[in-house]
Amino acid sequence: MNAPNASGWKPEMGPAGSALPTTASGDKGLQLEEALIFELGQAGTYGVDLPEPEAAPVAGLSKFLRKAAPALPGLSEPEVVRHYTRLSRQNYAIDLGPFPLGSCTMKHNPRLNEKMARLAGFADIHPLQPKQSVAGAFEAIAELSDWLITLTGMAAVALSPKAGAHGELCGLLCIRAAIEAKGEDRPVVLVPESAHGTNPATAAFAGFRVESIPANADGRVDFDALVSRLGPDVAGVMITNPNTCGLFERDMKRISDAVHAVGGYVYCDGANFNAIVGKVRPGDLGVDAMHINLHKTFSTPHGGGGPGSGPVVLSAALAPFAPLPFVQRDDAGVAHLIEEEDAAAQGHAQSFGRMAAFHGQMGMFTRALAYILSHGNDGLRQVAEDAVLNANYILRSLEDVLDAPFAAAGPCMHEALFSDNGLAEGFTTLDVAKGLIDEGFHPMTVYFPLVVHGAMLVEPTETESKAGTDRLIASMRALAERAKAGDVTLKSAPHYTPRRRVDETLAARKPKLVWKD
Amino acid sequence: MTRYFTKDHEWISVEGDVATVGITDYAQNALGDITFVEVPEAGKALSKGDTAAVVDSVKAASDVYAPVGGEVLEGNPALEEAPELVNTAPDGEGWLWRQSVADAAELGDLMDEAAYAAYIAEL
Repeated sequence: MNAPNASGWKPEMGPAGSALPTTASGDKGLQLEEALIFELGQAGTYGVDLPEPEAAPVAGLSKFLRKAAPALPGLSEPEVVRHYTRLSRQNYAIDLGPFPLGSCTMKHNPRLNEKMARLAGFADIHPLQPKQSVAGAFEAIAELSDWLITLTGMAAVALSPKAGAHGELCGLLCIRAAIEAKGEDRPVVLVPESAHGTNPATAAFAGFRVESIPANADGRVDFDALVSRLGPDVAGVMITNPNTCGLFERDMKRISDAVHAVGGYVYCDGANFNAIVGKVRPGDLGVDAMHINLHKTFSTPHGGGGPGSGPVVLSAALAPFAPLPFVQRDDAGVAHLIEEEDAAAQGHAQSFGRMAAFHGQMGMFTRALAYILSHGNDGLRQVAEDAVLNANYILRSLEDVLDAPFAAAGPCMHEALFSDNGLAEGFTTLDVAKGLIDEGFHPMTVYFPLVVHGAMLVEPTETESKAGTDRLIASMRALAERAKAGDVTLKSAPHYTPRRRVDETLAARKPKLVWKD
Repeated sequence: MTRYFTKDHEWISVEGDVATVGITDYAQNALGDITFVEVPEAGKALSKGDTAAVVDSVKAASDVYAPVGGEVLEGNPALEEAPELVNTAPDGEGWLWRQSVADAAELGDLMDEAAYAAYIAEL
């Protein structure tokens, strides 16, 4: 393990001595105290000079005409830049260190992706400009589609959904359209306990009634319970695979066959596809629809760093219902954008409609394609292998100090799951998470999945080096030992952040929604 | 007055025609600090097992199911201002709603206090 400043060649970090001076500014060196932007600046200061309007305000606005100037803060451009840069210094980001947030796949965003996304032919185009002027963008979209179809073994891909949950909705709407096309009435969607929390919400939003299927003792779907519930009223199942316990659903093919046998469809939540990309094709497991989070598996930025993108791959049974518009190659291999006016002629009369105004997040498509092309087939396979290897390294390195409820059943996939079992009386998962902030890491996912008490879900992703993973393990080990020993200083962590532990309960019960009364 | 319990950690107390429903001390302890409670409106028809209320805590949002069928008489109005009553007095002031009991036979499927104590001891 490479400890920071191990050789001691740098001076001591942080304040020396006990009698610390206060500062007139409120800042403490690089620890910045920042006011709200409404508390900064003064009226009459502007970042830009606008010309005086040439004419009086348009007549006819009448009562909608503003009577008083809006209470905008008056700041110059450098003041605004400094305000947000100072705030960003109080934040944590994937570019600062590991972000082991289970289920979120916070991996490094390669700079090559960013370079490609900034090419003018991709970055400076508009969805409404003439189609013939963006042939290169269509080709890039078609190439991404080809890759996603190949990697998943599916028949088609709908690229327009903007995020994972939007993709789930797209898949469920395809299933609903397919059921309606057959003239059937299937009001129920089955969702196992090990699925992502968005799944039941999506099914309900798409107009289905949700029924929960229990997990078995080893953290997977209870196959017998699921099969016994199947029937002519079941539209389908939504299964997260690998699931939220970080485990591969081994019965997936049997489940798909059983669901298909009663005329239902299989939705797979592909948020954890990064654990199996290049290894398993969901199409071979009988999946009918699955969203892929480009911002997870294919490394496009997320978590405040950029918009998500949730393409949905579809089986041959659901492909005819895919939303418009989409890019499709003609017989000569040229990519075209198919919209409503061409849908019938191109064989897409059954499309259920649109998920979005246009065809999706171009900037995310470019980044994902750059990631795919820079890795290639063998590189993508190694992504899955390294993600799973790193998670298992964490699982096996910590199972002696943290309770790992499914560790005995075998290796995990891309994330390691621990519980709060064995912490000292009064010490919780939250205390360990807050302690991890003091250690300089973003906390792991806490209290999810719900099937494990006080869950701690750790996902290192493939982008952490062994040295970085060892540092995370050392910190988690130290925190586990403190929590088991009942170290009271952990109850008040974090101590080294710009703000001490916030009262989350009070914030939720009595939220302050305005900065002043 | 007899109190019955469900496997989902609701309790129901029946007094005459009126039943009061809440969640158990075990449930509030598992959920952690309650931040918001959505109680059903009077007049809502409930079948056994229907989602009747939603309890939000710092950890999760959880559905609360009707232990038996009936019609909602009132949701606990105190919880709007003081959801923490579910934490401090789950068996008393922190009750969630009052309802009628459509079919008293449904009470027979529930656990009594001793059976519930044995049930949570196993969890």
